[in-house]
Amino acid sequence: MCLAIPCTIESVDGAEAIGAVAGVRRIVRLDLLQDVHPGDVVLVHSGFAIQKLSKEDAEETIRTIAELGETIK
Amino acid sequence: MDRISLEHGAGGKLSHDLFTRVFASKYGNRHLSRAADKAVLRIGNRRIAFTTDAFIMSPRKVPGCSLGALSIHGTVNDLLTCGAKPMYVSASFVMEEGFPVKELGEIAEDMASAAKGCEVEIVTGDTKVVERGKADGAFVVTSGIGEVLSRVDVSGRNARPGDSVIVTGSVGRHGVAVLIARGEFGLATEIKSDCSSLTGLILPLLRKYGPMIHSLRDPTRGGIGTTLNEIALESKTCLRVEEAGIPIDPSVKAACDLLGMDPLYMACEGVMAIVVDPRAESQVLRALRKRGAKEAAPIGRVISIPKGRVLMTTSVGGIRHVGMLRGVSLPRIC
Amino acid sequence: MTTSSFSDPRLVSDLAARISSLGVKDVQLMEVCGTHTVSLARHGVKSLLPSGIRVVSGPGCPVCVTSDSDLNLAFQAARTEGATVATFGDMMKVPVGGISLLDLRARGADVKTVYSPFDVLSLPSRGTTVFFGVGFETTSPGVAALLREACRRGVRDLCLISCFKLIPPALRAILSAGDTKIDGLILPGHVSTIIGTRPYEFLADEFDVPGVITGFEPVDLMMAIYALLKMIKDNKAALVNAYTRSVRPEGNQEALKLLGEYFEPADAEWRGLGRIPKSGLALRPEHSDYDAARRLRLVRTQLAEPSGCRCADVIRGAALPTECPLFSKKCTPENPVGPCMVSSEGACAAYYDYG
Repeated sequence: MCLAIPCTIESVDGAEAIGAVAGVRRIVRLDLLQDVHPGDVVLVHSGFAIQKLSKEDAEETIRTIAELGETIK
Repeated sequence: MDRISLEHGAGGKLSHDLFTRVFASKYGNRHLSRAADKAVLRIGNRRIAFTTDAFIMSPRKVPGCSLGALSIHGTVNDLLTCGAKPMYVSASFVMEEGFPVKELGEIAEDMASAAKGCEVEIVTGDTKVVERGKADGAFVVTSGIGEVLSRVDVSGRNARPGDSVIVTGSVGRHGVAVLIARGEFGLATEIKSDCSSLTGLILPLLRKYGPMIHSLRDPTRGGIGTTLNEIALESKTCLRVEEAGIPIDPSVKAACDLLGMDPLYMACEGVMAIVVDPRAESQVLRALRKRGAKEAAPIGRVISIPKGRVLMTTSVGGIRHVGMLRGVSLPRIC
Repeated sequence: MTTSSFSDPRLVSDLAARISSLGVKDVQLMEVCGTHTVSLARHGVKSLLPSGIRVVSGPGCPVCVTSDSDLNLAFQAARTEGATVATFGDMMKVPVGGISLLDLRARGADVKTVYSPFDVLSLPSRGTTVFFGVGFETTSPGVAALLREACRRGVRDLCLISCFKLIPPALRAILSAGDTKIDGLILPGHVSTIIGTRPYEFLADEFDVPGVITGFEPVDLMMAIYALLKMIKDNKAALVNAYTRSVRPEGNQEALKLLGEYFEPADAEWRGLGRIPKSGLALRPEHSDYDAARRLRLVRTQLAEPSGCRCADVIRGAALPTECPLFSKKCTPENPVGPCMVSSEGACAAYYDYG
């Protein structure tokens, strides 16, 4: 229902950016997300960036899973 | 269903059903098999493979492929899947009034070049013109004949439990290249179609390992997922494959992820699925890689049950079925 | 961090072992996102779970929960002289009375698929362009952005059939009905990216049902299942956000604000769940110019469900696809009767395709 793929932002031009994943590029609309910069990894759903992915949170999640037993908020 | 829809042309179950209901029931003869677009005929003491295909690619040129090149490579590869050396091809054109002669010349040039590359001759053909608007530019239909090599008996039916399943290259490139070239999804990539003839890879294998090669199939429309199902159905076996073993280019996978499509069902035009006696598996792989098929890989085995199904171990160790392509691949977003 | 960490087979295997060692039995979890349905099926996750743990699909497939009377509005638009209907690919094949938008296109209607709602602005205009909008909170903000841009550009010939829906009210309706066993909920990671975590607090507070918000990679799925089973074993009901790399407690405020400028909650008809108060999105009165039903004088009619079809029960998690009498007999992907088989994210489609 909510297919969204992490894309790396390569360039920003006003309300549009170029997002790339494994060499595939698409124009990404930034209407729903402020403050996007080249290098950010964003989730793209039907052509719109909906959130920036947090590297720190991702690493923490993986660490938690590896350690296990804990609930994360 | 009373009207032809796009799904009938997609190469999946609906295409098969259409063939069975409308054509096979009327043409019904012993040569018409489930693989409707090829036949092996005994003429005198020679086995002649005969195949035909219509090419309606849109757009007519995509990175790595053109309508002309595809019309030759596609038919040549089909002949190879019969275990035959491709020899002669016919070419018929249906053109729309107003179609530029220059472009027609380019199509012919591409066909000549492709034919030369795979050592076949275009020996006959036809042209027809329809009024403006009644055909999308130009359609090409090619038919081909070749002689089946001695000691070779290649058919989807011949896969047997224990056999090894190999693919000669990474999957989904052509389908994704065409979809992207259409421009509907706004994607830009370096992905090129894999359109090519497999004569140089397959004929030496057939000559050396002849009787050990049981099935050859090129996963065109419907992709490798459909092809594996066809083999399983025709041979009444199960194909047990490993997702981690199926070569897929990361860009092809990314494009499919973005579009919500499954690379297993995206067309290939330069890949062969080979079902081979397991004793020849490593030699066949070595031979393929030596001849330039660097991504050739074993993807699984033939087992007995469940008959007619394809079972896949996923990249994370789960197990699931791989179904036949359903309808046309439309992008899934929400 | 790479995305591939969340596809790491060793982590999956580890989680599978831990799930098994919890020794929890006779549990039914529900996922409420079509993308979760597909992801679970594609990766063969259910085959990694001990028997006794059942994962059923809920009303998370937007195509599946769109009612026939809503679909019929799109059909009427497609049959309107001078109208172009644009929609997402999945909606093209859903049959109403045996005919789909794809069929109408074969008969000459101008129906186009778009990948992004924003692409509607680049479509050649034949007269009036009607966007048939289906989806949840992940998708509707993009449509609000489309309308804002249309306003900016002075585009007059665009209008919208809004069939957008909201997940939390549907969850409330299912839990209140109480006729489906739900011991835990796998919550949609991308809807939650927009709405945040707070809208789900009622699940534990009012219904004592644990919920885990998670992503779509195999490790995300296994982690959510593990976390739910652990809570069930400990007799604990809490809301867990296991998708912190994308979901913030407050969600995406900018998207929510834009959504609120163009849409307001309205009662909506859900296939399988009936009418749920304030569970859909309608255009705000000041934007009623964009309302296709008004512009094209579309009429809402009540249509009978196809006989024997159990989509409604499947959507509620009250029946497995295999328990529908039509499944894989009269209802197949080539000849679908109900939307659960048509949609690539429908529960029946997943069962049929992936076993």
